[in-house]
This record gives sequence, structure tokens and C-alpha cells, in this order.
Amino acid sequence: MIRFAALYDAIDASTGTQAKTDALAEYFANAPAADAAWAVAFLTGRRPKRLVRAPDLRTWAAELANIPDWLFEESYAQVGDLAETIALLIPENTAQSARATDISLAEWVEQRLLPLRTLAPAEQRTQLFEAWNTLRGTARFVYNKLLTGAFRVGVSDGLVVRALARTSGVEADVIAHRLMGHWEPSAEWFETLVSSATSDADWSRPYPFFLAYPLEAAPETLGAPGAWQIEYKWDGIRAQLIVRRGKVFLWSRGEELLNGRFPEVEAALALLPDGTVLDGELLAWQDARPMPFTALQRRLNRKTVGKKLLSDVPVHLVAYDCLELEGRDIRTEPMRERRKALEHVHEQLIARHAERSATPLTVSLSPLINVASWDDVSERRSEARAQEAEGLMLKRADSPYGVGRKAGEWWKWKVSPLSVDAVLVYAQAGHGRRSGLYTDYTFAVWLDNTLVPFAKAYSGLTDAEIREVDRFVRANTKEKFGPVRTVEPRLVFELAFEGIQESTRHKSGLAVRFPRIARWRRDKVATDADSLETVRAMLRAQRNET
Amino acid sequence: MLLRLTDRGLWCEAADIYIDPWAPVDRAVVTHAHADHLRWGHRHYLVSEAGLGVSRHRLGAQADRVSAVAYGETTTINGVRISLHPAGHILGSAQIRVEYKGEVWVVSGDYKTDADTTCAPWEPVRCHTFITESTFGLPIYRWPAQQQVFDEINHWWRENANAGRASLLYGYALGKAQRLLSGLDPSIGPILTHGAVETMTSIYRDAGVAMPPTTYATVDQRDPAWSRAMVVAPPSVDGSTWVRRFGKHAAAFASGWMQVRGARRRRGVDRGFTLSDHVDWPQLLSAISATGAERVWVTHGFTGPVVRWLQEHGYEASAIATRFEGERDDAAVDEAESTESETGGATS
Repeated sequence: MIRFAALYDAIDASTGTQAKTDALAEYFANAPAADAAWAVAFLTGRRPKRLVRAPDLRTWAAELANIPDWLFEESYAQVGDLAETIALLIPENTAQSARATDISLAEWVEQRLLPLRTLAPAEQRTQLFEAWNTLRGTARFVYNKLLTGAFRVGVSDGLVVRALARTSGVEADVIAHRLMGHWEPSAEWFETLVSSATSDADWSRPYPFFLAYPLEAAPETLGAPGAWQIEYKWDGIRAQLIVRRGKVFLWSRGEELLNGRFPEVEAALALLPDGTVLDGELLAWQDARPMPFTALQRRLNRKTVGKKLLSDVPVHLVAYDCLELEGRDIRTEPMRERRKALEHVHEQLIARHAERSATPLTVSLSPLINVASWDDVSERRSEARAQEAEGLMLKRADSPYGVGRKAGEWWKWKVSPLSVDAVLVYAQAGHGRRSGLYTDYTFAVWLDNTLVPFAKAYSGLTDAEIREVDRFVRANTKEKFGPVRTVEPRLVFELAFEGIQESTRHKSGLAVRFPRIARWRRDKVATDADSLETVRAMLRAQRNET
Repeated sequence: MLLRLTDRGLWCEAADIYIDPWAPVDRAVVTHAHADHLRWGHRHYLVSEAGLGVSRHRLGAQADRVSAVAYGETTTINGVRISLHPAGHILGSAQIRVEYKGEVWVVSGDYKTDADTTCAPWEPVRCHTFITESTFGLPIYRWPAQQQVFDEINHWWRENANAGRASLLYGYALGKAQRLLSGLDPSIGPILTHGAVETMTSIYRDAGVAMPPTTYATVDQRDPAWSRAMVVAPPSVDGSTWVRRFGKHAAAFASGWMQVRGARRRRGVDRGFTLSDHVDWPQLLSAISATGAERVWVTHGFTGPVVRWLQEHGYEASAIATRFEGERDDAAVDEAESTESETGGATS
């Protein structure tokens, strides 16, 4: 555990990717395989879910720290992180920590952490006291982070892959592929991960997803539009579909197996020939077109789907790439060739489906947008919202299907955001980097003479602006409701968002997607802010585009 | 009440003196030379003898208005006995003891009870009413042992030196910087200082405080040995053109606030070392207990929680709203934390 805590510190203390990769590589080279396996799991976001109820954690931590509950809460409010608050509050029992020998990460996780889940509260308490009294500093903090299911550290999967590749001598793409899908961290698994043997046993495993960079430069800088394959950027769930050995696997980008959740799509996919892997987007679909993302959300967290939901929100796969054809990995072939393969596979699917079923096919191709000039492209982009799309995808026609993000191959060119001027009305203290500062804001627009809250936003201000708003909040608090402060409605901000929908859950009757602060309108006073009617008009305009 | 809070500061009516006043008065008794306690424009200042040098320097043209008494020496005004006692915060820092007709009040100023070779150690002074700061008045603030922090700093410096990059260590120019200097291991490399730090350090040397050899870092003297150097500077220089002269470097910030990761990350330096010249939670509680006071007034910091804790433990406690700021990152930044101190008094 001490070694893993030291790795955590090293990653935490460095801002450069080189130093982080060095620290990771050194850890993987020296840690026992079972520890390294767990480290890979945690560093790539496969953390255990919360193991102990948060209210119990608070109570027991306050008890061991010998402070009243209210003082625990005051401390938590200042720190902004439960795991860290506990680590700081419990005095270090130097005598006991000095006696304890270091226990490996794997033993901590397998023998002491994961079993907590099934223990009775009294037994959990005893175990926690033992751990808190034994562990010190970062090790205690990391333990708490695993306990609360909130372990995170500032490395990308790419860095972990790079470090593993460096330590093992196995190619990064191979490591990345082996890290996809389901696996159980163990010493044996880690040995396989870094082994130079080429045979790959797990045939359900997805390929790493290839991602796009946002286009910030003018499209003209990309050369002739003819060198690009242009499609809509769909606003759904990215998914990889695998048909191998007569079985269908549907993976999300978060590497979650989605089997069973979208039966209407799976049924169609089962008709694909063996040895086919497609990349595409799952969308809620009605009348041969996508429904808004909020409709799809109703399907997302359901492991089983009832008949009503199936007919209310039918789901459809829009396929846009083919990674494996007739059992052959074709990712290195150019986009235009892979598109041909995709169209070929889809034709086969249409034929087989027609033989067997009279219902509409739930798999279609993402249409190609043919244009003569970048002006045309730009125009199509501005209409994208009418297609329930977020913008356009520009894929270089000769691009291979890579791993992760690679500049210059795929670009996403989103529609310009909508924006309104709104007034800050509530503020709440933030967490992590923003702990102890009022950084979570609620904004309101005018309805006649009152301000109606209509969006929350957390990001978009500079650190200096955050401090300034924080001071404003503290100096202009009208009321406190728990952690939330009502402030004098004086500050006006321009909020940008991606789309508007009607909502029964919000007081304003509207919900916006991806709201963020575009800028602080210091030039405006509260009465200059927009009205709810303005926002409703935007919603109508958005609909009329269709 | 022997002392009262007025819009100019803490006032002792019987002697007509103010303690650390923030608006001009005739007679000010000043705990220490940080800017939120020692302000310009009073007609007469009384400070500790140990603090005479730094106070006169800070007051510049008004330096001749300052007089000093030794720690423990009593001055009597209108029957009010006034004496200054070590507060352990920085060189010359004092608690102010005021006694009138058998009633004793003590104003802590800023203080710590930790080890520090650069100033006289805090002494408990028995009193009926104790007015204490609460900059770090939450149990999450527990300082690691000073030597452990110095070891970490020297280790960090050595690693940087071996990697050929200078180490920039930020701390308040008066007090924190000298405490940091006192803990550095000069065998690792040269120790350079920012002008503001160098000036204060020479006053410390004049007062007989042992300091390692330092060199004022001017651009004219740029030297290849700087790649192994430790540079002690105020935090305001971070990101300024002043640091460019050192080329490749790592930066760290030494403050009690560095105890919490969020504050560390917000600061945007490579490292944060937890080192404070204020009492942490355990020190605060044991200091209050050692004074024997029954009434405690709590100022700048986490006044709300400290007052509530004291009340639950049988003290007659209340918060007072002063304009003291406690530990800031420096004069130019961290309005957030200093605002915390100010509103802490108002809301509790």
C-alpha cells in the first residue's frame, strides 16, 4: 500500500506527462504482479463501488477523531472531500502505525476492502478503526478513496498504456486492446497483459475506440473537402458491436457490456455474419429519425426493458465504421475502404433481415454528407440541430481507425452553442480543486418581475473570477439553506448550452443541455438579463428548423 | 469590559490604548509587524524590544514613533498594567497582557506554540479573558512536526538540484521566509533570496537570529550554480518575470493552507509544504486551556466552529469581527482565504 500511495503522490505532484509516465513505469516494473493488476484497474477507472454507507463513515470517523458530528460537517465543508476529511481528522496513532508492517495493495483490496461490503455495520466499524489507526498520510487517504468509491487520479488511460508498454516491451496498441472489456485484476491477468505472446484468448473484447478532436481552426485549413468523409455527429451513445462465434456483444465507450438493454437492436445484429465488428451510435428513434437525447436517457439505466418503454422509446443503431470484416481486423485500412466494407455488410444485413422479418430494420448507416465546398459544409452544420445531431464529424478519407485521439485524422465540428444572459441566484461550495470556494451556481431568467431559476453551471470562469464571485457570494448572502446560499441577484453571466427541451422537473419548464458559463457580463445589470420568453422562443426556433 | 471592540480596533478605555488598531489612534500597542496588525498613521506605537527592528523598518518614515519594552516588563498607564509576552509567531511577536483592578485580559495576536528557532517561544499567560485568533480553527489542521517538514523541503531541494533545476520556495517575506531559511541544509546548494526576503533576513541577523548564508538574487549576478539553488521568495512573484532568471525550476509553497489538497491544487505550484506560524487545532485548544481563561473572544479565522466548541466545553465564548487576516498567501493574492477570515466573524 505504501508503494501505491507513493505512486499516487508522484502522479499528484507532477503536472507533466513525462514525469507521470516515469512514475507509472517504475511502479509497474517493481510492484508485485497482483498489486500492479489492481493498480491498473484503479488507474483506468475500474474502482469498486462504495463499500460502506457514507453516513456510517461520517459517524465512525467523528467517533474515532473524538469530535462532535457538527464539527465533522464544518470540517467536511472546508475540505470538500469526504475521504480527505476523514484522513485529516483522525489523529495519527504513531505507536500503532509504527508497529504495523506494510501490507500489499492486493491484500488490502482483496482481504480487507472488498469483504467490507458484506459485513454487518458493527464489524465494518471495527475493521475501519483498525485500518484508520494503521494507515498514515496518503495511504490512509487512498484507502478512504477506495472505500467511498471515489478513487480518481490525474492520469489518462493513454498514459497507463504507455507506461505498461514501456515496462513490458509490448506495443501500446496491443496493451490498449487487452485492457478493453471485462477482466478481473489478478497476478495471472497482469502477466497476460504484459506478455509478449500474441494469442488473444478473449474474443468478446472490443477494440479501443478511435476518438475525434474538436475542430477549432477554420475548416479551410483542412485542405479540399473532397479528402474528407463528412457525417452528422450523432447525439446518442457510442457503441461497438461484435459478432464472433455466433454471439453478439454490444459495448459502450465506457467499456460496459450493454447486452440485454437494447433487445430490438441486438436481434437485428444477430443476423450479421460471424467475424464482424461495427462502430456506431445508439439513438432513440421514431418515424425514421432520432428523438432528443432525453428520450434515450429513459432507456440508459434500465438493465431490463418493459414493453411500454420499448414502444415509447425504440432504439436504433446508426453504424458508421467497420473494424472487422470476415474475421479480419481491417482497422489499418483507410476510412473509404472501411466505409465500403460497412456498406457491404449492411446490404447483407438488409437482405437477411427481409427474409426473416417484416418489422423495420433497427440498424442503418450514418448517411454521408456530400458537399462541393466548405461553405456547404458550414451550412449543413448550422442545420445539424434539426437532425437532432450535435454537429458534424469530419473524417479524413484515408484515415486508419486508430486508438484514442490523434490530431488531424478525425474532427468533431459542433454546432455553435445557444446562449442567454442570466442572473446568479444561488451558490454552493464546490469540491476537490474548488473546495471551500462557492463555485456551483444556479442562474435565473426573468418571468415578469420575478427571477426563475433555469440552469446550473460549474465551469467556464477563470480561477481569479471564481475567487471574485466567491467573495461576492460571501458578502451578499441573503439566506442559507444548508450548503446553499441565496445571493443578491446582481451578477449577470452569459450561459452557453447545446440545446433546450421542455421539462416537467424544472420550475422554468425547460431543461438545457451542457450549460456552462461563456463569460461574465460585467457590463450588464440584473434587469438586462434575458427573459424566460426569450428562451422559449429559442426552443420554438429549434423545433421550426425541423 | 476592560477591552472593547470599536470601529478603530480593540480599545482599553481605562488606559486609552488600542491594540493593533486599523484606524489612526494616539496610542497603539502592536502585537507584531505584519501589515494587518501594524498599520501606518498612529501617533505612538509600543512594540516588544525584539520586534523593534522589523516594526521600524515596516513603518519607514514613521519609525521614530515606535518605542519598545522587553518581554515581561510592565508599563503602567492610568493604573492599567500593560506588558508584552512572547507569541512565537515571528520575531518580536507578542501577546498583550492588560491588567486593571485585578482583572486580566490577554490578546494573543497571531501565535503558535510550535518549535521555531527564529523567535522567542510562546508562553502561556494566565488571564480571565483571552482574545485568540482562529486562522486554522478546525480539527483538519494539525501540523506535522517542523523537522519532518524541513526534511521534506531539503529532500525536494536535493532532488531538484540533482535534476539541474532551481527550487523556488514561496513564503511570506517576514517571518515565514526566515523560518524556512532556518531549516534549510546549506550543504545542498546556494541559498538565494528575493529582495523583500533579504531585507527582512538582515534585520533578523541584526537581532542575533542565526540564519544560513544567503545571496540576494539579482539578474546581474546570474550564475550557473543557480541550477542547484534554493530561492526563497514571497508568493507574489510566482508566474512573474522575476522568476524567469532562474530558468528551469520547480516551485513550492509553504503555508498551513497546504494541508488540504484542494488549496494545494488551486495554488498551482509543484509542491505544497504544510508549515504555518499560526496555532493548529490541538495547539489552539491547549493554549486556551493553559491561559486558564473563562471568557474567550475569537477573531479572524474559523470563529464559528471555535466559538461553538468552546461553548460546548463550558467557556463563555463569542466571536468578534476584527480586520485581521491571519495567514495569507501574500498581500496580492488569496482574497478567498482572507475574506473567509473577515466574514467568519460576521456570520457566527
